[in-house]
Amino acid sequence: MPDTHFYRYDEYDRTLVAERVDQFRDQVRRRLAGELTEEQFKPLRLTNGLYLQLHAYMLRIAIPYGTLSSRQLRKLAEISRKYDRGYGHFTTRQNLQLNWIKLEDAPDALAALAEVDMHALQTSGNCIRNVTADHFAGAAADEIEDPRIWAEIVRQWSTLHPEFTFLPRKFKIAITGSPNDRAAVRVHDIGLRLWRNAAGEVGFEVIVGGGLGRTPMIGKTLRAFLPKNELLAYLEATLRVYNRYGRRDNLYKARIKILVHEVGVEKMRADVEAEYAEIRDGLLGLSDETVEAIARQFAPPHLPPRSSLVAAVEALRLEDRDFALWLKSNVAPHRVGGHAIVTASLKPAGAPPGDASAVQMEGMADIADAFSHGELRVSHEQNLIFPHVAIEDLPAVYAALGRLGFAEANVGKITDIIACPGLDYCALANARSIPVAQRISNHFADLARQHDIGDLKIKISGCINACGHHHVGHIGILGVDKNGVELYQLSLGGDVDFGKTALGTILGPAVTADKVVEAVDALVATYLDARIPGERFVDTHRRIGAQPFKERVYALV
Amino acid sequence: MPLYNEAGGLPATYVALSFADWRQRLDWPAVALANTDPVEDLAPHVGRLRLIVLDFPKFSDGRAYSQARLLRGRLGYRGELRATGGVLQDQVAFMLRCGFDSFESDQKGFGEALARARTLFSIVYQPTEDGRAPASLLRLKRRNVMASKR
Repeated sequence: MPDTHFYRYDEYDRTLVAERVDQFRDQVRRRLAGELTEEQFKPLRLTNGLYLQLHAYMLRIAIPYGTLSSRQLRKLAEISRKYDRGYGHFTTRQNLQLNWIKLEDAPDALAALAEVDMHALQTSGNCIRNVTADHFAGAAADEIEDPRIWAEIVRQWSTLHPEFTFLPRKFKIAITGSPNDRAAVRVHDIGLRLWRNAAGEVGFEVIVGGGLGRTPMIGKTLRAFLPKNELLAYLEATLRVYNRYGRRDNLYKARIKILVHEVGVEKMRADVEAEYAEIRDGLLGLSDETVEAIARQFAPPHLPPRSSLVAAVEALRLEDRDFALWLKSNVAPHRVGGHAIVTASLKPAGAPPGDASAVQMEGMADIADAFSHGELRVSHEQNLIFPHVAIEDLPAVYAALGRLGFAEANVGKITDIIACPGLDYCALANARSIPVAQRISNHFADLARQHDIGDLKIKISGCINACGHHHVGHIGILGVDKNGVELYQLSLGGDVDFGKTALGTILGPAVTADKVVEAVDALVATYLDARIPGERFVDTHRRIGAQPFKERVYALV
Repeated sequence: MPLYNEAGGLPATYVALSFADWRQRLDWPAVALANTDPVEDLAPHVGRLRLIVLDFPKFSDGRAYSQARLLRGRLGYRGELRATGGVLQDQVAFMLRCGFDSFESDQKGFGEALARARTLFSIVYQPTEDGRAPASLLRLKRRNVMASKR
């Protein structure tokens, strides 16, 4: 088995996770014995990743910064088979959800996770959630520094943080180390962006108060440049200000974005800086030695430079149209010559976005072992990624993915849809999301047509909590309930690209479920008629405005 | 409501005045704060205070954790720091880490849970007012020991 090229637990990490499993086992026992009320038990199970959904308990497993080894993925397959129904759902927060867990099995499932240095800690509850990062980290050609080093430092600091386990509301942190932000840092409670200043030093831009949900907001810059080693002191200061002053009178106004909005970013900054001044020289300062010890574990695998031009690849490109399209949409540049980053699409035509069976997970683990140094990533777009693939191996990887049903050449295209679990699973949802995604996916299944349409992000949420990120979809679709009928509201113009982050605007009245596909088709047709060469859907919309789209959609429905 | 003292000694028996009343009698050694009261205002007086009571209106309202850390860490308060209100055994390990040392709780089994709470987690990741060495420090020490052996 290949060595991992990311953080490995030491005895301290293992001890803590094992003790946490023991503690939860006792809590479950007390709940089953009736010693704990559901109200008392709820925050305990939530901070261990256990939700009560529409039909059953759901276990949300943390995949910190989206990085997985093949060994870990095999264990996830095993757990899904043993304690669930043999499949799992990769989420927009780089987690894996198992939808049919029994309460009495949950401690055993967590103990099985601990065997491969994984946990479900703080994947729910009003605490600092599992930290996310760029899914191309450590491999991307455009990277300044690997954000996972810092994500791991944040993971440890935030794990069982005694002061911040009962915050006003959940708290999500995302980190990117590239100018092309793939971690959506402007729509998180705190977004961290590594960048190099004029003096050549690398530090963080600290962005606060972004988020989607009921009140979508773009995050604001709290600190333009923070020296890296002061990160934890600055985060602790920010969280302390939020814990003390964030609203607790109304669940829907409790996120930090509301605090920032109400007091203003200047006041927020003044409060955080005052707190930070008190603690910056304290124990939270990170020594270079500590950072380097963690950074060493993220040292990339040794990749000997190879030729980027491989005859067999070029031959297949000419003879197999789908492979040629796949190279264009699913293969991204690697920073080492002759290598590539491959995205396996978990969105085959007509399938629920992000789902993988145990067999598919094991197949992906095998591919990772054979072709990607045993490593995989989960993207917030609900796909799996092989970060280190030699270009000469691309035909073999394509063929192996094809056998698993994950070789669809649709990454970034109209059928690479993000959808929340919706009313099929979720107790909060107003409408179904997955069947809508499946219908759109079937309608646009033709790959050549998808590539002609080009980059187009459709994001679907089954309620205003916006787990499907519909606010930032080029086309956003929001399920609403009107007198017991599921209707879908369309919005246009959302974007998460850095520097262009924007929230979509509602197009007009909501449409019925059977009209969603026609409506999307009309939007696409409007774009195809109006586009000028090189324009993506979102660019055309920006140029010509919503009116032409609106007219065409509402003439139909 | 039963009162538990972590240190094992006798809890303070002073009547804790509300923050508003205490401000009229700054020489009184015991004060009970709401979780919205500004702990910073106690700074000139912490040396005289023997008991500060912090309130959890609900166990899920975590503002008093920050108040406790500020009192212990920043203001250097050394007297008894008591948690009252929604004080449950599953939160007591966090409370200890933030500097609380006495607890009012009517939950069955709280006393036994308190006795176990310090050993529930033998590893911590954060430096706080309880003075425990976080994992990052243990790692540094271990590396230094290994380096000196070489």
